Amino acid sequence: METFIQQLINGLTLGSIYALVALGYTMVYGILGLINFAHGEVVMIGALVALAVYKALAATLLPPPLILLIGFAVAALVCTALGWTIERIAYRPLRNAPRLAPLITAIGVSIVLQQLAMLFWGRSYHSVPALLPAESHDILGARISDVQIIIMLAAALSMTGLIVLVQRSKLGRAMRATAEKPEVAALMGVDANKIIALTFIIGSALAALAGVLVSANYGIAHYQMGFLLGLKAFTAAVLGGIGNIGGAVLGGILLGIIEAMGAGYIGDLTGGVLGSHYQDIFCFMVLIAVLVFRPSGLMGEKVSERA
Amino acid sequence: MQEHQKKIAGLALIGIALAALPFVIGMSFGNAWIRMLDFALLYIMLALGLNIVVGFAGLLDLGYIAFYAVGAYIYALLASPHFGIHWPLWAILPLGAVVAGLFGVLLGAPTLRLRGDYLAIVTLGFGEIIRIFLNNLNAPVNITNGPKGIAGIDPLAKSIDIFGYQLHSLYLVYYLFVALAILIVIVTMRLENSRLGRAWVAIREDEIAAKACGINTRNVKLLAFALGASFGGVAGGLFSGFQQFVSPESFGLFESIMVLCMVVLGGMGNIPGVILGAVVLTVLPELFRHWAGPMQMALFGQTYIDPESMRLLLFGIALILVMRFRPMGLLPSARRKAELVEHA
Amino acid sequence: MTVLLSANNIAKHFGGIRALKDVSLTINAGEIYGLIGPNGAGKTTFFNVITGLYQRDGGDIVFDGQPLHVDSPHEVTKAGIARTFQNIRLFAEMSALENVMVGRHLRSKGSVLGAILRTAAVRAEEAAIQAKARELLSYVGIADKADIRAASLSYGDQRRLEIARALATEPKLLALDEPAAGMNATETAALRTLIEKVRADGTTVLLIEHDVKLIMGLCDRVAVLDYGEKIAEDVPAQVQKDPRVVSAYLGVPHES
Repeated sequence: METFIQQLINGLTLGSIYALVALGYTMVYGILGLINFAHGEVVMIGALVALAVYKALAATLLPPPLILLIGFAVAALVCTALGWTIERIAYRPLRNAPRLAPLITAIGVSIVLQQLAMLFWGRSYHSVPALLPAESHDILGARISDVQIIIMLAAALSMTGLIVLVQRSKLGRAMRATAEKPEVAALMGVDANKIIALTFIIGSALAALAGVLVSANYGIAHYQMGFLLGLKAFTAAVLGGIGNIGGAVLGGILLGIIEAMGAGYIGDLTGGVLGSHYQDIFCFMVLIAVLVFRPSGLMGEKVSERA
Repeated sequence: MQEHQKKIAGLALIGIALAALPFVIGMSFGNAWIRMLDFALLYIMLALGLNIVVGFAGLLDLGYIAFYAVGAYIYALLASPHFGIHWPLWAILPLGAVVAGLFGVLLGAPTLRLRGDYLAIVTLGFGEIIRIFLNNLNAPVNITNGPKGIAGIDPLAKSIDIFGYQLHSLYLVYYLFVALAILIVIVTMRLENSRLGRAWVAIREDEIAAKACGINTRNVKLLAFALGASFGGVAGGLFSGFQQFVSPESFGLFESIMVLCMVVLGGMGNIPGVILGAVVLTVLPELFRHWAGPMQMALFGQTYIDPESMRLLLFGIALILVMRFRPMGLLPSARRKAELVEHA
Repeated sequence: MTVLLSANNIAKHFGGIRALKDVSLTINAGEIYGLIGPNGAGKTTFFNVITGLYQRDGGDIVFDGQPLHVDSPHEVTKAGIARTFQNIRLFAEMSALENVMVGRHLRSKGSVLGAILRTAAVRAEEAAIQAKARELLSYVGIADKADIRAASLSYGDQRRLEIARALATEPKLLALDEPAAGMNATETAALRTLIEKVRADGTTVLLIEHDVKLIMGLCDRVAVLDYGEKIAEDVPAQVQKDPRVVSAYLGVPHES
């Protein structure tokens, strides 16, 4: 039982981060039908930029949480600029190209960002200073740290904000309209280019937040950290039903919990034959199982092909 | 008849060029470049296999490298000291092709109902699952030797003496690879212009219409997965014997992506395009790696960017630029070219 | 007169909407049978049910004396029903000839191994497929467009190509979903001639159409669907007089 609650807490923490990143994938996919493969790298850049800020401010007497906030602000600025640039130079020229072309471009962008990050920050793993209170509390025999609480709160707040924005605001309505029927939205006076650029900007800001949170959680940042994280977040988005914002949140949290539970119990379940190094398999196993039975994801609309 | 003679003359020329190529390259640039030539041929086989799935049938497969891995490990297990088994090449390659083909069906079957991007992510998942298993199947029973990989694999060929002249094994490997690559090209061309090839393209173009034409789309898709995978299995076996070492590291997602890039960059569905894509993406990055160091030295007096990341950086930039200016690939198929002209 | 297809009490619903309510109709061998009705009456749904694209929720279909298994469209095609689509579905990147060659898939059997080895039998079969496809292209009147990409053909030619492709499967029943949609008067007249030729050559035709004039002039018998129900089935002259049909078309309120 203690293991269960402990893994549930760990899973929720991890899942909130997946959900943040998954939102970036799902929003872009919803509007452009494009897998923005480079999104995971934006998370990585966010983490490393924030880290650079922490280091620069380490000598000052500012309180650590403030340093973290400044780090996040700078990371968010850099990431939104980056997201906007990527859309502008890599994706926009390919709007009418065959479907696989932008996917290849996205892979290209991903490789370039990774290599540039490596040139700036090198190949080594950087340890991220603990800027948040590290106290932990007891819940039913399991431990939950302040960092975990803050991660969940930050993720929950920003996701609620996004959902309100998309469901209630004029901008959100324009976004949904563009995703639904771009031509009609354009006729109604919606500037599709502007909406798409904004989608990338919002997604990148969430990515920056995810980068800050994930590096605070593990205490480590690295130029290759974006890849697997991005892959899992995309998996989460597909799991929930890609293009669906609520689905991305659900998919992310589910995936986090499944992974944590898997890591906690796989040894016992298989009599020690499979160890926790099979952890990364879970996300794919679950994904495959879900898609085989629900080909459009958990919350995806059932698209029946029409004659 | 004239036409026919011209064709034969052309083929003969190509044959002579292919036969002479390693000597020209070996004498001018050294054996390292023959090695690379061998790799280019391996990638041609792999890319042609993936082209059946992605280019012909239009099924986006991001886990294709798994079949390469299956072929490679079958060779490694059956021709190395690891289990003390030493089967000959001609026995293992067909076995590798069949087993990889079976894996193709096995992994393809659950994905048949999925569309486009969902298919991509599931195949990607399968690819990773296979890699993770290769990485961890050293316990409780040691099958794959885990992350350490399997070493001491029997070589494909040994250097031989001909009239006192020593012919390096790299040359023999080259001829073996050329022969198999030509075989795969011929098989692919014949498949393309067959009842099955038309059915693949029909599914790519409009699956519902294909069904209405009486095509059993399930079986035809599975055949695409199986045949594509079997090419990968053959290439994997050759890779294993060529490197004499395999480890799970060689079969990551990046490799799958690399092969996909070859197919798309060259011109999806077009055999000469795919071959060009494979050659360009094998050779160019190597060239960069070779020249990046010295060039920086000459220009700036020191190396700023290490050659390996230079290679990747330029690879990434090349992908972006080619797709920006030639979204149909370097060598689009005649059909797609016609479309480009119409739109212009 | 022999019955080719009899559909009995076909029902289909999407969620709570009953798109087809116990529709029964019979098509005789050798006739041109029209299916008409206002927009949303369930014509295309009925089509999709008998061609296996949708799974029916009730009823049964007997085709050519055998119960029709409509689990998947290719089985239906194999049994002898070929169709065209309301919003033309051609293989856009393939040439006109190749499109028709795909239609021969069912009636040829070249295997993987045969294709790789290119045996004499496979070569002969390929030649036969091509010859048959050319023959069909000239049958529908677009022989000169064989090598043109399907997507580049004119609208009328695309409709003809789709018919040629359907005929390539050697159907007993050719089902056409609004073949005259978007055609001008000349093209419609040519289409009419073509459909009559198809029937004269022994293929039964099922026709969904909006163009009432075309239906009335061409069909031997007509069924009318309204709100998923069959409200009439008779020769055109009688159907035209049927008060329920008139009210369905003119929008006179229904008695419930």
